Amino acid sequence: MAILVDGNTRLVVQGITGKFGSFHAKQMLAYGTKVVGGVTPGGGGTTFEGSVPVFNTVSDAVRQSGANASVIFVPPPGAADAILEAADAGVSLIVCITEGIPVMDMVKVRRALEHRLNKDLRLIGPNCPGVITPGLCKIGIMPGHIHKVGPIGVVSRSGTLTYEAVGQLSALGIGQSTCVGIGGDPVNGMDFIDVLRLFNDDPQTEGVIMIGEIGGGAEERAAEWVKANMKKPVAGFIAGTTAPPGKRMGHAGAVISGGKGRAIDKIEAFEAAGIRVAPTPAQMAETLQGMLRS
Amino acid sequence: MKIHEYQGKEIFRRYGIAVPLGIAASTADEAKAAAEKLFEQTGHALVVVKSQIHAGGRGKGQVHKGPTVVSRGVEVCKGGPDAARDAAWRMLGGKLVTIQTDPEGQLVRTVFVEQGINIARELYLSMLVDRDSRRVVVMASAEGGMDIEHVAATTPEKILKVWVDPTAGLMPYQSRELGFGLGLSKDQVGKFVALVGSLYRLFVEEDCSLVEVNPLIVTVDGNVMALDAKITFDDNADFRHKNWEDLRDPGEEDPTELEAKKSGLSYVSLDGNIGCLVNGAGLAMATMDIIAHCGGTPANFLDVGGGATEEAVTKAFSIILRSPAVKGVFVNIFGGIMKCDVIAQGVINATKALGLTVPLVVRLEGTNVEEGRRLLAESGLAITAASTMLDGAQKICGLVNGQK
Repeated sequence: MAILVDGNTRLVVQGITGKFGSFHAKQMLAYGTKVVGGVTPGGGGTTFEGSVPVFNTVSDAVRQSGANASVIFVPPPGAADAILEAADAGVSLIVCITEGIPVMDMVKVRRALEHRLNKDLRLIGPNCPGVITPGLCKIGIMPGHIHKVGPIGVVSRSGTLTYEAVGQLSALGIGQSTCVGIGGDPVNGMDFIDVLRLFNDDPQTEGVIMIGEIGGGAEERAAEWVKANMKKPVAGFIAGTTAPPGKRMGHAGAVISGGKGRAIDKIEAFEAAGIRVAPTPAQMAETLQGMLRS
Repeated sequence: MKIHEYQGKEIFRRYGIAVPLGIAASTADEAKAAAEKLFEQTGHALVVVKSQIHAGGRGKGQVHKGPTVVSRGVEVCKGGPDAARDAAWRMLGGKLVTIQTDPEGQLVRTVFVEQGINIARELYLSMLVDRDSRRVVVMASAEGGMDIEHVAATTPEKILKVWVDPTAGLMPYQSRELGFGLGLSKDQVGKFVALVGSLYRLFVEEDCSLVEVNPLIVTVDGNVMALDAKITFDDNADFRHKNWEDLRDPGEEDPTELEAKKSGLSYVSLDGNIGCLVNGAGLAMATMDIIAHCGGTPANFLDVGGGATEEAVTKAFSIILRSPAVKGVFVNIFGGIMKCDVIAQGVINATKALGLTVPLVVRLEGTNVEEGRRLLAESGLAITAASTMLDGAQKICGLVNGQK
């Protein structure tokens, strides 16, 4: 089962001829993802790597290749446009990797998609590593080889910290159902709750690692949801306990402002909801393993 | 990116938002000339001299020169141009300490000499992107001039809020709700609605992440005017605002952070002594956390990013090594896209150029890890290898704490 993506996912890559897009399109093809098309305005009619047709518009790609998902590697100035183009073209999943999209662009995107998101359309990111269902489909920039098929769902605002959790799980011999990076921007698509809801209903998933960080209140809201609804064990980690207030820590959304978004408050919210918090980021997998055994 | 009050007020003026007359000055004589000019224009001798630093809380802050407190951050000068010159002379070159600066304070390089205004009421007005509703929220309060975080914490009901639909924009009824909620008269509400509308247009067109007017005032003759202007721009939108570079004051920014930014690195200076080189924002924060957990203190946050080149890594490592506070370095890489051999080569380049006099612990994981480890092993550098993040953190903390 797993969630969001599987062997039936047919992917179109927006920005496939760019440096970043072409590198990762090759990586996704090598992993076995069904990359059925690419989009580069003006590049229509050519092929990528001798096998993937390139189209001028996402709409052409969907009509002619039957794509049902899109991944976006378009640079920030055109990224909001690319998201809405994909949404209009009729894919049901959009994964936006792009980092550095102006926040007001994302405010407009969210408004434009308000009545569709988490109904007939899902948006993951932006500023995220993507989503992977090990063995079946990798959409994004995560290193495929560290993953292993299995029962644990991973959801995170951070890319490399997701890899860290996956690496720890795989090292313990525990595989993953699906790993979702929801991204480090203040305004994004799916949040923790949207992903947790899917993991909760997914028969393959037996437990979840949820990785948050400073800034905003998404972790606190997710903790409340977990307390009320989650039927499976959740272990967590919050990055940024030592981060100074007022400073943006790499991610646009990782900032403590006006006393809000502190790690300690998120950790307390997790603990109050029965989410076991790893004492260090090196112990995320073993913390969840402890919960699965008990 | 933050800008100064005097720069913010120039932008306000461009959008038709009423602000007092004012002139920026960087010497005491310029401040005197500014006050003279304002006197010619207004016929009133009273001016206000305001220190220009990026941090807030200036009015209650104190300007220090050495151990002596020489002035407040903002001074009302009733004695005309000579008094303005004296106030500027006291502030300039001093360090202004406010509740928002660090204890050493921030050097005052510029003052803003402004026309005095007869104030009837002080209000608060701000706009920012509300992450929960994913919309711009406009906040207003009758508790103007106060520390708004204190108001929000103790009496949240005194802060009025409306959320803006980005498609329709801020509608006049929303501003009217705020205006009447603040207890403004019918005439004042009209002026307030126009001002808030202009401010929203400014917020969107200039790609702000925060605009704060504290206080927004009602003058004795019934006008509504911005007495302060705090603007923060959304750094992500810099590609469509080429003029931002002219507004940037490098004196207000950490020079190392600025240098790192130019190389595409995300860097934040911290107080500790263990330098960190990490890929990814989350892992970089987690690395700081695990160092603290093991009894050490991080000297910096540094995310070299997912696609850093050998040059960027070299630059990053140089920045860390150059800091006199750094007593040890922890390189923690989970290479997904970032290849471990690129990291290793950057570390070697920087170390060869600058020398390595402090302990270095390296944890490499991910793509091309064998090649990366081989490069480091053959480099002849005194490197302690670590198998995991925890192992690495324990080793660097042990090495650094053992030096004492």
